[in-house]
Formats: sequence, C-alpha cells, structure tokens
Amino acid sequence: MIRDITIGQYYPEYSKIHKLDPRLKIVVTLVYIVSLFLVKDFIGYAIVFASIGLVVAMSKVPIRFILRGLKPIFLIIAFTFTLNMLMTKGTILWSWGFVRITEEGLYNAVFMALRLIFLIIGSSLLTLTTKPIKLTDGIESLLKPFKKMGLPVHELAMMMTIALRFIPTLLEETDKIMKAQQARGADFETGGLIKRAKAMIPLLIPLFVGAFRIAQDLAMAMEARCYHGGEGRTKLNALKFRGRDAAAIIFVVIYLSAVVAERIFV
Amino acid sequence: MGVDGLRYAENDSIIRIEDLVFAYGRENEDAEADSSRARTDATFNAVDRVSIRVERGSFTSVIGRNGSGKSTLAKNINALLLPTGGRAFVAGFDTADETAVWEIRQRVGMVFQNPDNQLVSAVVEDDVAFGPENLGVAPEEIRERIRVSLSAVDMYEHRKMAPHLLSGGQKQRVAIAGVLAMKPEIIIFDEPTAMLDPEGRAEVMDIIKRLHDEKITVVLITHFMEETVTSDRIVIMDCGRVAMEGTPAEIFARSDEIESLGLKLPFVVELSARLRERGVPVPSGLLTEEALSAHLLALNGKARN
Repeated sequence: MIRDITIGQYYPEYSKIHKLDPRLKIVVTLVYIVSLFLVKDFIGYAIVFASIGLVVAMSKVPIRFILRGLKPIFLIIAFTFTLNMLMTKGTILWSWGFVRITEEGLYNAVFMALRLIFLIIGSSLLTLTTKPIKLTDGIESLLKPFKKMGLPVHELAMMMTIALRFIPTLLEETDKIMKAQQARGADFETGGLIKRAKAMIPLLIPLFVGAFRIAQDLAMAMEARCYHGGEGRTKLNALKFRGRDAAAIIFVVIYLSAVVAERIFV
Repeated sequence: MGVDGLRYAENDSIIRIEDLVFAYGRENEDAEADSSRARTDATFNAVDRVSIRVERGSFTSVIGRNGSGKSTLAKNINALLLPTGGRAFVAGFDTADETAVWEIRQRVGMVFQNPDNQLVSAVVEDDVAFGPENLGVAPEEIRERIRVSLSAVDMYEHRKMAPHLLSGGQKQRVAIAGVLAMKPEIIIFDEPTAMLDPEGRAEVMDIIKRLHDEKITVVLITHFMEETVTSDRIVIMDCGRVAMEGTPAEIFARSDEIESLGLKLPFVVELSARLRERGVPVPSGLLTEEALSAHLLALNGKARN
C-alpha cells in the first residue's frame, strides 16, 4: 500500500493546461498571486473568479481535488476570518460583552478569506497540473540567469530530481525497517508523545544508514554513466515554447489589465 | 579527445590487465565504502597482482566467493577505481590516464547489483536518457537511443512508468537499457542477479546472452556458477588473485579444485558426474540442461531399440 503513494498532488490528465510550458505556469502563478493583492473590492474578485474558474474548467481537474488543497489551511482561513471580524472598528452590527462584530469587520473578513482561498486554488492548480519533474525543469530553466551569480542551478535541480525519485524507495525502506522492528517487539503506536518519539529512534537510525548507503551506490552508478555535472549536458525534454503558450500569455495579459483597470477606474 | 592515436590495433584484447594491485584505504579515498564489504584491514590488497585479457566480443565470467576481489576488479576496468599497482588498458585507453576517464566510461558500461540504487530518474525513459544526456547527445538522437535500447531489453512499453512500480528484474533491465543507450563496447555486470527472484534472474541472464550475441563484450561478475556455463571464459578469483582460468569445460573438469575454493559446480555438471559414477555414459562436455536432456533422451532411445 505504501507503494501507491503519489508525490505532490499531481492529477494526471491530458488537458491544455497540463500541456503548457512549466516555466510559463510558474511565472503565471506568480503574476496571479500578485494580482490578488491588486484587487480592492468584490468586483475585482468577480474577475478573478471568472478567470480562475475558466482555467480550472479547462484543466479538467475535478473541483473536489482543488478544494482538497484548502483543507490544510482551513484553520488559517478561519483564524484570519475571526480576527478580522472581531478586531476591526466601525459600525457595530452585533455585540455581546466585549465581542463586537462590525460591518467593516465582516467585509474585511470575507475579503481576506476570499484572497486566501483564491491564492491556494491558484497555486494548487500549478502543482495539480504539472508533474514534479516538469516543475523541476521549469525552476531550473527560470533560475538559469542566477548561475552567473554562483547559484548552483543544475545541482539544485539534480538534487530535486533525485529526491523525487527516491521518496518511494525510502518509504519502502521505512516500511521494511518498521516491520522488522515490530517483529522484534517494537511498539510505535501506544504511549504518549515522548514515548512514541523515542520509539522512532530505532527506526530513524537504520533509515539514515540506509539512505547513506543508497547515496553511495547511486553516486557510483551516476559516475559510471559519465555524470560530471551540468557542463556540456543536453536534455531529453528540452522545454519548448509553443502556440498554446502564446495563447496563454494573451489570456494572462487580458486578465491582468482587467484587474488593474478595475482597481483604477471602478 | 585527441587520444585516438593511443588506441591500438582492433585485433588486440579489448581489456588487458597487467599485474594489477588494488588496496583499499591507501590512496583511493572514495573507495573506502567498499572496504567494509571486502575486509576492514586498511591496507590489504583487495586485488593482488592480477593479469587478465578479455577478447573483443567475448563473454567472460568472473566468479568467486564474497571478498574475493571480483567487484573491485570490475571497478578497476571502468576507472571507478584506479590501480594501486600495475595497469589496466581498456578499449585502447590506460585507466590511469585522467584525461581519458569519460572516454573509458562511455565505452565500458556497468550494471550494478542493487536495482533500486542505480536508477536516477522517476520516469523510465528519463533514466535511460541520463547517460546520453551526460555525453551531450542531441535530444532527437537520445529519443532514438531510448527506443532502441528499451526495445532491446523488452521494456519499451514501460517507458513512461516510475521505476519503483517495476519488479526487480524489470528495474535491472531498465538499468541495462540505460547503459546500452551510451553505446558501450563492453558491459560489466557486477552481480546483476544477486538481489533478484528466480524469474528476474532468468530475464536478466537472457538479456545478457542476447547482448553477447550482438557482439558486445560482456564481463559478468557473479557468484552463481549456473550463470557462467554459457560464457566463453571463466575466471575464478580467490583472496584477490586469479585461482583458475579457462573455458567452462576446462574449469568444470577440475571439480575438486572448485569445491576447495568454496564454489559449487553447476547443477548439470554435478548431475552428469553423478550419472557417470553410476555407469551412465555421459560425456563431460555437457553444460546446459538442454544438452544433457537431449543426450539422455538419445540414450533412452538407443536402450529401447
């Protein structure tokens, strides 16, 4: 069962959004996040909602997958919502003791919560429609200009690629060690927090040793296959800018001008 | 480049090892990890004055018990380890020549024991592309090499899969494809079947035989005698030295010596010997199950007539 886990939250599908250049998707996501902070009223959010809704529909990712991304930050949203609602001064709508809910507070609370929700939807759409490997390629390519400043871009990307490759292997290893320790009477499930943390030590030490062994083997195998850093290396899947990427840019430009225009004129 | 002038005549041995000595812990620091596998003594010779020649296109098996130095010897062939003493000439290059190291490793592919720890990428085809990418091969050419080498190991239909979802034998075949994509002249298999189930073992051995048929020089490091029967030559190592060397027929005829080295005769050879003891006329040259059963069937036919 541990073999079935997927890394990140990629949703396999053959949509136009999935096929976009990962570099473009990363940049667009950043632009989108910035644009959320330009929005100053609900008309602006209507534009955001219409655009992101269209992209979600085109991506063919089921809505529940997108909403699932909101789950981990539900507490943060609830916290921001409550604080905004209670802490803003203004026309009092309802009060009980020292608790006062103001009209401006309610407005702010909804406004901020929406901003967070749109933020998460946008960024999870990136990881839902882009394979981790493509994402790595995209990041490597986007960071290339920083190579001159001494940033080891290729090395970072290679580390990410290898990490992605070895997550399942290490999980299997963990599973194996856990079963071996359980067979010898180790108990990982009962007891308080401290007792359970202590029980992890016989799990972590062999895991670390195993990881170093894997690293050593892998380094040897990579050297045997002529790996000598990023110098003079070609790429099988060189990123290519296509027609649909240009179309996406036009869409983003229209979206951004609409948001900006709304902020200035409405 | 520019070293081509040093490459010698085509008819010379593709691997020529002369008096090679290798000691862990003396000057090869990155080799430290392996010393635990061999022995912990810091300055003992894992390989001790070994001289071997391997002919172009041949299939050589190197066999020996754990710690006999066979893996260390293998790593000296593609310059993963450099000799402490003596020399190794591979495909025309001296492994001690630092400028030739990538030339050597492109020509000498190596498949390792652990199928999990030698695949680099999370997608099969990307992993096969890893070697050619390092060599700076153009992307269209890499695609073609992926197709050819994955087809050669019957894994082309799995090219989009994640390695951790494959069986051990399949992973090992992907590793072989990754080496093939670099168009090597020699492939060294360092106990490629040691961690596989019988099915995976058979798959991998089948591929190795096929590669040999396609004129690739094969060096198989193993500790299963059964796997050596189809090779052209067998080298038996013990305590860092060559203990026996010869064709399978020559080697298996010396059964007492083999057993004294802690190795077992292949099942078929053992069976033939026992049959001979009981008076069944079985010649000593039969090495495969097919050959032995054909011979026995023929005998049976004669007896009935």
